[in-house]
Amino acid sequence: MTGLALALLVGAGAQETAPPRVIKMTAKKFEYSPAEIHLKRGEHVILELTSLDRKHGFKLPELGIRSDVLPGNTARIELTPEKAGRFPFACDVFCGDGHEDMTGTLIVDP
Amino acid sequence: MQFDRRELMKLLGFGGVVIGSGLPGFSLAASKGKPAEDFMFLQLSDSHWGFSGPPNPEADRTLKEAVQAVNASKEKPDFIVFTGDLTHTTDDDALRRKRMTEFKTIVSELRVPKVYFLAGEHDAALDKGQAYQEHFGVLHQSFVHKGVHFITLDNVSDPQGAVGDTQIDWLKSELGKLDKDAPIVVLTHRPLFDLAPQWDWATADGAKVLSVLEPYRHLTVFYGHIHQENHRTTGNIAHHSAKSLIFPLPAPMSVPKKQPVAWDPQHPGKGLGYREIEVKDKGRALTLEEYDVKGARV
Repeated sequence: MTGLALALLVGAGAQETAPPRVIKMTAKKFEYSPAEIHLKRGEHVILELTSLDRKHGFKLPELGIRSDVLPGNTARIELTPEKAGRFPFACDVFCGDGHEDMTGTLIVDP
Repeated sequence: MQFDRRELMKLLGFGGVVIGSGLPGFSLAASKGKPAEDFMFLQLSDSHWGFSGPPNPEADRTLKEAVQAVNASKEKPDFIVFTGDLTHTTDDDALRRKRMTEFKTIVSELRVPKVYFLAGEHDAALDKGQAYQEHFGVLHQSFVHKGVHFITLDNVSDPQGAVGDTQIDWLKSELGKLDKDAPIVVLTHRPLFDLAPQWDWATADGAKVLSVLEPYRHLTVFYGHIHQENHRTTGNIAHHSAKSLIFPLPAPMSVPKKQPVAWDPQHPGKGLGYREIEVKDKGRALTLEEYDVKGARV
């Protein structure tokens, strides 16, 4: 009995401490790479964003996420989406002729 | 006008604002005597001078056509306000100034007593409004016209599209001088509310600004940025966006990716135009009329 309980505890502990998946992203005029990010509902991930040229932004309003994205710096955004769907994100720091095209989509599969 | 009657009636309940003509109920107001305080102004927006590309193969003519249409109109406005994106953005500081100079030359042909300008992010975000101020003056201001208080707000020279606490303090100070029933028109480039933040159609600290505006019972906001008519209310406040003078954009979040509506060679200039605002009843009743770039009512 004690052995079973211990095994369950260890199993649960191992699951909780599993490191989040890190997704590296870059931003530059006027695109993100990757521009489409797939993850599963409930998956714990960290988006690591850096800029290759100038200051950009990363805004994902439906999940309440917003960050500056700067050259020489890494913005880390931790999230665990609880609902499936397609969530658009965009640069919200005006960056020039093409700023309006600087968009992407976070796709959360069920 | 592009909105349904249900929305129209909803809007009628706010701030004494009346929208539209040629609809039941509006002819009565229009036929009444015209007190001295009544006046009319025009809103032109988003001319993006310097843009070239398939969304508008006549980009070097559209603004000039609008100027000609305004000058040809029998009804003369007291003033015109341009609600931003006068020029199309460029990384080249010299080219930005050249476009601003060209724009000023074109609109100097307008035969109206006064023209007010606001910046858009295309004019002001890359250099924090430096070139804009050299050509057009201040980034925000207030003025009174025939008893109506006009306030222009800058939500573009900050590249993130915020008004900022300093300007909000100034706004509080301006409004603090006024009675809660005073007629007020606020002019901005970006929407002050979250119309579609996924498309950058919002103001970063818009909620803070709206909380300052909300106590005023006869306050209307006119803005540009989204290249189409849109009529919304938040609390007591009616918000009206204007068509552009370069290319239309799709309705908010109506397509997966925001892109200009394709130019229609069968109907050149479709979806472009400007707006007339008649101000009556001591500033408490506004009537909106939409015109295409050739000056025909739409």
